[in-house]
Amino acid sequence: MIKNILNLGDAAAYCDFGSEVNETINNNVINYFNQISELTKNEKIEGITNLTPSYNKLIISYDLTVTNFKKIKSIIENLEVKETFKKNNKEIKIPICCTEDFSLDFDRLTRKLKLNKDKILELYLDKEYFCYMTGFIAGMPFLGDTDKNIRCERLETPRVRVPKGSIGITEQFANIYTFESPGGWNIIGNTPKRIFEIKNLNQPALINPGDKVKFYQITKDEYLNWNE
Amino acid sequence: MNKPYFEILRPGINTTIQDKGRYNLYHIGVSVSGAIDQRNYKLANCLVGNNLDEAVIEFAYQGPHLKLKNANINFAITGDIFFKIIRKNSKIEEGECYRNYLLEEGDQLDIISTKKSAYGYLSVSGGLELQKLWKSYSTNTKAKIGPNNGNKYSSDDKIFITNSDVKNFLEKRIDYKALIDNTIRVIKGTNFNYFSKQAIKNFFNKEFLVTNLADRMGIRLKGHKIENIKNTNIKSEGLVKGVIQVPADGNPIIMLSDHGTIGGYPKIANVISADLDAVGQLTPGSNINFKEVSLEEAENIFKAYSEETIKYLNESN
Repeated sequence: MIKNILNLGDAAAYCDFGSEVNETINNNVINYFNQISELTKNEKIEGITNLTPSYNKLIISYDLTVTNFKKIKSIIENLEVKETFKKNNKEIKIPICCTEDFSLDFDRLTRKLKLNKDKILELYLDKEYFCYMTGFIAGMPFLGDTDKNIRCERLETPRVRVPKGSIGITEQFANIYTFESPGGWNIIGNTPKRIFEIKNLNQPALINPGDKVKFYQITKDEYLNWNE
Repeated sequence: MNKPYFEILRPGINTTIQDKGRYNLYHIGVSVSGAIDQRNYKLANCLVGNNLDEAVIEFAYQGPHLKLKNANINFAITGDIFFKIIRKNSKIEEGECYRNYLLEEGDQLDIISTKKSAYGYLSVSGGLELQKLWKSYSTNTKAKIGPNNGNKYSSDDKIFITNSDVKNFLEKRIDYKALIDNTIRVIKGTNFNYFSKQAIKNFFNKEFLVTNLADRMGIRLKGHKIENIKNTNIKSEGLVKGVIQVPADGNPIIMLSDHGTIGGYPKIANVISADLDAVGQLTPGSNINFKEVSLEEAENIFKAYSEETIKYLNESN
């Protein structure tokens, strides 16, 4: 449940569900997210403009001309939250190409992890991942948990441009850069698959919280000839 | 009848369509976007008699050079902008911000540059001929969302205008001058205690330089290193416009309208809502400093800011 509600600036409430990252806490966050979304949609709560669920936090943005932190905090504290998180069993397979031009940070990883590239890749491809949240850039999935032996901190200075399709790892997590963007994760490869599609107006993100994701390696030729 | 439009003779550096922003999509990673300077965007619409949430053309530094086709229009420009109107008889008029003008078919509008700010706004009475996506006209070029396929304008594009009646053109003006204040007011961030005493002292007492890495996503600053004594990473969590994150290199980053919806660097502070327009207008090379205010003070300052905006909006009527 929520441990603490703080103000994030003057126009957002920061709901803290704890510091650990696990599926139970994440499900709790999603339960709150689902319920507050529903209440906002039905105009039962005034002024909420955005909700950002993450591993163990929920940020509630609001319109300061309509409401304020005190009102939002009190609404959240008095909310009786129902179990609405449905285990979504969608299993998604994502191709990844790990040639040198795509795997930008293997030098850093082999140095920090003291493992060679093949071993890192083997450990990475072996696992099935859980999608905790979607965001940062449109449709980017935050996946976990990676093998203990391939966990590494973010870059000290984030890259100004990470190429579209890049697959990055940091700590126990993996993600996919759905668009070119700044970012600080260690890049191990690139996928030709479309992860965010505007034309699907109601569900533009391919990978949503609760989904399972597995990666498989493809060659540069397969990458270049990828057709959806 | 042919549709009215702007022919683009020069697109400018970063010319996009914006409005109040696109809400309720943070949970799939779509940021709010919208006009960086919300007050100037509203004033621009007000000057041409539009609804305040109509789409406008936002430009950065060097603006577009446009030629009007197939109609006469009523337009206004807000911000701190140097622009010219080139009439079809070759007569050149020096442009004034915060007033509206009649522009006739064949006339040109040359938005040469912003002066001491980054962004300006061009509004057209009746608005622009565009489709909303997820209830907004805003463009997010990083995610390719919004008008013009989510791209900034280039020379081959056209900007279509909604037909409107300009027969009874009435001049409107607003006596507005944005205050240039390099003191940015902030509220303590959720990871304030990650930073050393000296770092906090530096944060509130030293100047920070706005670097060249400043765009609609955010502004990277440089100055005294903000030393982190706890952990230079946090578990990725939601961000909002105005959050100031500090990555391991100790240089703060202020999030703006196209920011990532999730971030993993500790948050030292948040810019108060009333100062977001001013922060967005900062240009590379300027020096700024931060001043702490309480949540209650921030709410009161925002109330005053909103009332002041309304006062200006009423002034033109």
